[in-house]
Amino acid sequence: MRLKINGEVVDGISASTVQELLDELKITAGRVAVEVNLSIVRKVDFGRFRLNEGDAVEIVNFVGGG
Amino acid sequence: MDDTLIIRGIEFRSRLWVGTGKYRDFEETRKAIEASGADVVTVSVRRVNIIDRKSENLLDYIDPKKYKILPNTAGCYTVEDALRYSRLAREAGISDLVKLEVIGDEKTLFPDTIGLLKATEILAKEGFIVLPYTTDDPIMAKRLEDAGAAAVMPLGAPIGSGLGIRNPYNIRIIIETAVKIPVVVDAGVGTASDAAIAMELGCDAVLINTGIAGAKDPIAMAAAMKHAVIAGRLAYKAGRISKKLYATASSPLEGML
Repeated sequence: MRLKINGEVVDGISASTVQELLDELKITAGRVAVEVNLSIVRKVDFGRFRLNEGDAVEIVNFVGGG
Repeated sequence: MDDTLIIRGIEFRSRLWVGTGKYRDFEETRKAIEASGADVVTVSVRRVNIIDRKSENLLDYIDPKKYKILPNTAGCYTVEDALRYSRLAREAGISDLVKLEVIGDEKTLFPDTIGLLKATEILAKEGFIVLPYTTDDPIMAKRLEDAGAAAVMPLGAPIGSGLGIRNPYNIRIIIETAVKIPVVVDAGVGTASDAAIAMELGCDAVLINTGIAGAKDPIAMAAAMKHAVIAGRLAYKAGRISKKLYATASSPLEGML
């Protein structure tokens, strides 16, 4: 499947849910927030939120800032 | 005497709050925060680098159980962006706290107070504990309080400028008459005396990032800021003498030869 992840087009994604995508990208779910097509996906829904071809996914975390 | 700062039921042990930007590495960040004695640290919300996955994360160095994580909306120039970042921050984090920034101009990084007011109102209704970064305008501070802000964060001077508290009179008016909510000076503090001045004016806390992270020795400066904030707070509570133009002798005239 092809997704747009953090602004980059990524091909060959095999994950079908948000949780599977995070696992595939080796990202710890506890410290991120995820948006799919501009809507926030709650952490409790990561396992059941299904991704579709062409979805725009944003995965953010905390970085140093003032 | 107990002198704990409480904002919406959250107790703050330290009146010095620190940012986590601009440090050389996470280890220096950790050491500086420790030396500052702060229990509030600000962070920003940014994309995870999905191509170059580093195992290290800021939160590996700053334990959210030990520190209150205060996400900011730095870099947001519109109400919509500020709302989006705030909501993502709440989802990524563990609290409703947000240091709300709606920036109006790249060169000065001054707040767009009209957008800030709108965003404050919306986020307060959504249950956020909104701490807006604002100008030193007392009327705007009051409007933000009315819109549901939990505290106001007037700037001392432009972000990262180190110019100190440029308008101490307005800051005093904000504290003394404009608002009842806590006042936290955010931005402009360049060295320890600036932090002490902010606290002597009666501010409830001071937030510093560049003033510490940009110092030659950030860890030593963090300790200096810690002491300055404590000293400034004590001086405020002690009640300073009024300024007079002429001298008044400290030693008695009686008994002189």
